[in-house]
Amino acid sequence: MAFDSFSALIVMEGHGPYVWACYAVFFVLMALMMIASVRSRSATIESCRRGYELQAEKSTVAAASATSASFARVNVSQD
Amino acid sequence: MWQFFHKLGSPKWFFGISTRFMPWLLAGGLLLLMSGVIWGLAFAPKDYLQGNSYRIIFIHVPTAFMAQSVYIMMASAALVTLVWRMKLADVFVKAVAPVGLILTFLALFTGAVWGKPTWGTWWIWDARLTSMLILLFLYGGVIALDRAINDEKSAARAVAVLVLVGVVNIPIIKYSVEWWNTLHQPATFKLTEKPSMPAEMWVPLLLSVLGLYLIFGWLACVRMQTEILSREQRTRWVKEFVTKGRV
Repeated sequence: MAFDSFSALIVMEGHGPYVWACYAVFFVLMALMMIASVRSRSATIESCRRGYELQAEKSTVAAASATSASFARVNVSQD
Repeated sequence: MWQFFHKLGSPKWFFGISTRFMPWLLAGGLLLLMSGVIWGLAFAPKDYLQGNSYRIIFIHVPTAFMAQSVYIMMASAALVTLVWRMKLADVFVKAVAPVGLILTFLALFTGAVWGKPTWGTWWIWDARLTSMLILLFLYGGVIALDRAINDEKSAARAVAVLVLVGVVNIPIIKYSVEWWNTLHQPATFKLTEKPSMPAEMWVPLLLSVLGLYLIFGWLACVRMQTEILSREQRTRWVKEFVTKGRV
């Protein structure tokens, strides 16, 4: 190790605040970007799934109303 | 070759192959980046001139390098969009522009914080810093232009033209430290020469550059997949993937 102790690593002979601030901002921004990307991917999958479910519901409703259409014979007077 | 090119244009094929590579990209990237960063922070020797502040190099150089190489990749994809109208190329440009923006911001930020103890100032309007700031605005412009146009095809074409015009900035960034007198030090790595630093310094730097490259690859895959899913949600394969979980 380039430093004698852990506190020397933190202080870095006075340059600690500069170095650690850079690393903190770097890791926070990278982590946020990675988490946001994964979340937006799952959100897209979820919204697709909901879309398909809605579509399926609609088509079953449409199918149900289609079968309920009656083909009853209409008696028209032939007189 | 042409068959590969043709396949690459297929969103479904890309989706399948990228899903297979993604865990490796993430694991390898994190491993390389963390080992480079820990080595650089705690084990690399102190710089005789700059002291410990130089340890910022282990994230400054990777982010600055990636900021430019992401732009070059975007420009190549933009050319493909314009010439071959390949959908996937446009998906790439759209997906990675925000990543490029963040990387450029990080390069500028870490550079500014490094500049304070080294040059005595956070910011100076010199050639390297100003051209990097222009790169940040270019990324912002690409994102804004893409959001401003509703029609997908016109947006793709307009964005591609903007990206290609902006590529002129890349050689300016690269050679700014040679063409003009700047405070910024010259390039750390050159392809043709041995690095001027000792190996204990450049090996961890190389590790973190490679690590960030792999993490970028993973991010690009995740974001491109998101874009593909929302564009192709009417196709049968997306429906199958969403409901059954496989491509």
